[in-house]
Amino acid sequence: MAALSVDDLVVRYGPRVAVDGISFAVEPGTVLALLGPNGAGKTTTVETLEGYRRPSSGTVRVLGLDPVADRAAVVPRIGVMLQQGGVYPTMPAGAVLRLFASYYPHPVAPDDLLDRLDLQAVARTPWRRLSGGEQQRLSLALALVGRPEVAFLDEPSAGMDPAARRVLGAVIRGLRSDGVTILLTTHDIEEAEKLADAVVIVDGGRVVAAGTPDDLMRSGGGDEIRFGGPPGLDAAALAAAVGGAVAEDRPGEYVVSLAATPSNLARLTARLAEQDVAVADIRAGRQRLEDVFLRLTARPSAAEGERSSRRRRRGVG
Amino acid sequence: MRAFAAQARAEVWMTLRNGESLLLALGIPVLLLTFFATVDVLPAPDGTEHPVDFLAPGILALAVMSTGLVSLAIATGFQRGYGVLKRLGTTPLSRPGLLAAKIVAVLVVELVQVAVLVPVAAGLGWRPSGAMASALAAVLLGTVAFSGLGLLMAGALKPELTLALANGLYLVLLLLGGMLVPLASLPGVLRTLAKVLPAAALSDALRASLGDGLAVPGRAWVVLLAWAVAAPVAAAATFRWE
Repeated sequence: MAALSVDDLVVRYGPRVAVDGISFAVEPGTVLALLGPNGAGKTTTVETLEGYRRPSSGTVRVLGLDPVADRAAVVPRIGVMLQQGGVYPTMPAGAVLRLFASYYPHPVAPDDLLDRLDLQAVARTPWRRLSGGEQQRLSLALALVGRPEVAFLDEPSAGMDPAARRVLGAVIRGLRSDGVTILLTTHDIEEAEKLADAVVIVDGGRVVAAGTPDDLMRSGGGDEIRFGGPPGLDAAALAAAVGGAVAEDRPGEYVVSLAATPSNLARLTARLAEQDVAVADIRAGRQRLEDVFLRLTARPSAAEGERSSRRRRRGVG
Repeated sequence: MRAFAAQARAEVWMTLRNGESLLLALGIPVLLLTFFATVDVLPAPDGTEHPVDFLAPGILALAVMSTGLVSLAIATGFQRGYGVLKRLGTTPLSRPGLLAAKIVAVLVVELVQVAVLVPVAAGLGWRPSGAMASALAAVLLGTVAFSGLGLLMAGALKPELTLALANGLYLVLLLLGGMLVPLASLPGVLRTLAKVLPAAALSDALRASLGDGLAVPGRAWVVLLAWAVAAPVAAAATFRWE
């Protein structure tokens, strides 16, 4: 049985459709990253799983249970990290953590968690005086103190400096090896690439791609070579020289429509060498997750998605 | 049970650590009591020997109102605004558990208020007498009524609006609540209005129980009981957690 399952979920806020038929499942003990631009429906999906909202249609299950109807059975087994706030502003970090520990039958020792998340130095500091990264780490501690079987982490690395991100990465890997199922939402594609067993990319309330990071990075990447360079290169001249169409995807980001073979690469690099182009990077065959993400959630397609969902709404209403 | 006890402790700690709520819970009542018991400017009703005999029960009613209505409303409103109530929704602390912890915290703060105000009033010459049981019943009903009103505001309005409205109501009910000014001194329309408000019902009930040894007027019980039922029911029906 999947630890989490979302089946054709639709969530409407009045006339606005926030989630428009999302389905995915998370196997026990794995990490799934929900990736998408702002307003894609990530938080709404997570909050439906957490029991904060009811599906307009479709079903969600957490550990096989309905998070709204079976709330009392679900909440002791899940840990939730909200995107922001949610803590008594005047209460010191250590006291908040001890208070939350008292809600659960078998909590982690609060002092151990403070150590693990590098919060011992601010244990007596009230929440409102913590830095953004410290607040995020305390929120994470609050999500974990009850030894959850499933942890929901909404934008866990927001506001964290690189050191705190490494702590977060280590904690997530540790949880995974303890068999905890983790659903995280993020903007940080690198984070998803490094931490997640599976990635679901959502945009405009729908799933636009799903799979392991490797699958996604391989898909559709075989017939193009990408490179970064100075913006405004003469694409037509380059295309003529290498024998394949060249497009400037974003300023300074070029896509060459050629199979990623060694000879094609050699021709491209030779031409770039001739012109003495300062190349930032060349990627062939295997895209970075970021390329996949940007390709799938590019603005025109998102706008198209919105138009079509508006059409659907008119049809429904 | 452990969750509830820890939550109740935390609620008490937060109230007693908060400067504004301490000022409201203790500072203002002690100041009003001492000032008006020593400076004889308020109209005391006929037959009152000493102003403190009239003031002390009224100030106790004020103390109950400040904790149940104002402190609870403002604290809960901001907790809702900060997303604390939402966050607690995914912990095993149930909503009834949270509510019970808040009620315990209000009662504990009221005990502290009584422990401070009664000796101050006694120092000013107050000799409470009579019906402790009916005074206790009045305080409990008043606590439920005012807490219900506080939660009604906190659960439906923006925290800033709750703050403003709670303070405004506090002032209006202080003046119309028979706490400093006897209802008999109010002009007709205001007096009629005041009689159906919970503040005057509570101070009348406390004054009758603790002071003049008369039976609490039936009207006061009816008004108190009505608010103690209506306010929490309205709060429960309209409370939004996020």
